[in-house]
Amino acid sequence: MTEQDDLAAEVDALGRRCPVPVIELARHVLDVPPGALIAVLADDEAARVDVPAWCRMRGHEYVGERPRERGAAYVVRRLH
Amino acid sequence: MAEQRAYLDAAAGEPLAPVARQALLAALDDGWADPRRLYAEGRRAALLLDAARASVAAVLGAHPDEVSFTGSGTQAAHLAVLGGLARRPGSGGGAYGRLVASAVEHSAVLAAGTLAEGSGGGVETVGVDRLGRVDAAEFVRAVHARPTALAALQSANQEVGTVQPVDAVHEACRAEGVPLLVDAAQTVGRMAVPPWDLLTASARKWGGPPGVGVLAVRRSVRWRAPFPADEAEGGRVPGGVGLPAVLAAATALEAAVADAATESARLHAIVARLRAELPQLVPDVEVVGDPDDRLPHVVTFSCLFVDGEALVTELDRLGFAVGSGSACTASTLRPSHVLAAMGVLTHGNVRVSLPRGAAESDVERLLTVLPGVVAGLRERAGVAGL
Repeated sequence: MTEQDDLAAEVDALGRRCPVPVIELARHVLDVPPGALIAVLADDEAARVDVPAWCRMRGHEYVGERPRERGAAYVVRRLH
Repeated sequence: MAEQRAYLDAAAGEPLAPVARQALLAALDDGWADPRRLYAEGRRAALLLDAARASVAAVLGAHPDEVSFTGSGTQAAHLAVLGGLARRPGSGGGAYGRLVASAVEHSAVLAAGTLAEGSGGGVETVGVDRLGRVDAAEFVRAVHARPTALAALQSANQEVGTVQPVDAVHEACRAEGVPLLVDAAQTVGRMAVPPWDLLTASARKWGGPPGVGVLAVRRSVRWRAPFPADEAEGGRVPGGVGLPAVLAAATALEAAVADAATESARLHAIVARLRAELPQLVPDVEVVGDPDDRLPHVVTFSCLFVDGEALVTELDRLGFAVGSGSACTASTLRPSHVLAAMGVLTHGNVRVSLPRGAAESDVERLLTVLPGVVAGLRERAGVAGL
């Protein structure tokens, strides 16, 4: 299984400024089943800090950051 | 309706204290001459400058000859870092030594370190915890690990108010033989001065005029001018001082120190109220920084899903001047390095910092309007209920 294959969903927020990447992630996290991974693709620098902070506030697990050709995929596990 | 303004960005700079305004006007008549001249007008200016220096030195626990006035707090930080890192010519290994600093130092300290990095220096930043506080033991390990020319730790953070463990770090740095620069811009005139080897401050943070900073260097500390030789200000600041502004700054500091204990206690209580009530009034708000061991007058919070620029603009429209560390409010479009180092939400960020004499009614009015402002912005962005 490649890294991309383990993602149940990926939200594209490239070119969007904070707080849009976190908003897009919040909009779509319930699209994946509990326990599954969802990523938000962003090139706004604030996402690196704000996605983990959102996970902490909402009780999801921040899995980490995967570099992409443009920006990075910030990977989150839906916990509830 | 007459607009009611509340200026709540004291951490950036306070309005001029009334006594400082009087001192400035008097000094424009009395203190205009060059204090380095030998004629009567110059001697008069030199007497006034000596008195201002002695007064500021007394507050900092310094000898007057250890204190220099600079053109700003930023200039003081640049001179402190570059002069503290500068090596003797011909000593090898480049023009500058290595700096260890907390990751949440003022950007002027970090930027000066980065400049020195290009000429032999190196900058190692020590991270902070979720409250924005550096771990003293970790900081000292970084100082000990490799030869270090200078260590830098602020007295308290300018964005989130958290007080740093300067006492412990200073003692350990002394044992290592490494001088400690304390950026005390946010605490001078409000809190006790911690131990230091080099110290910087900014007059506009204590009610003095803009355009005056302070650089203090202990006699025992090695410091080399990072600019062409100049005799002004003990050889530590090129070009001499703006004397009227310096006299006003010294007067403002005396007034601030005289009131510091009662005023800091009053503001500390108002901020405690803000910290307690904000999360109850505004859903999904993260109040950051240490709740207790902090600056008396600063509280910072982030509102989930809210655009920081829109929030500051809307509050301004309603009569409130507040700061923000959100990326969209910075010319660089980068989020605040302080909030990022703490790992707290950077968007929707507001810093409220109370000037001396701030009315509690202004803060009450802020608490009244803020829930509606945040709800309105969330509604407009379509994120309500997310």
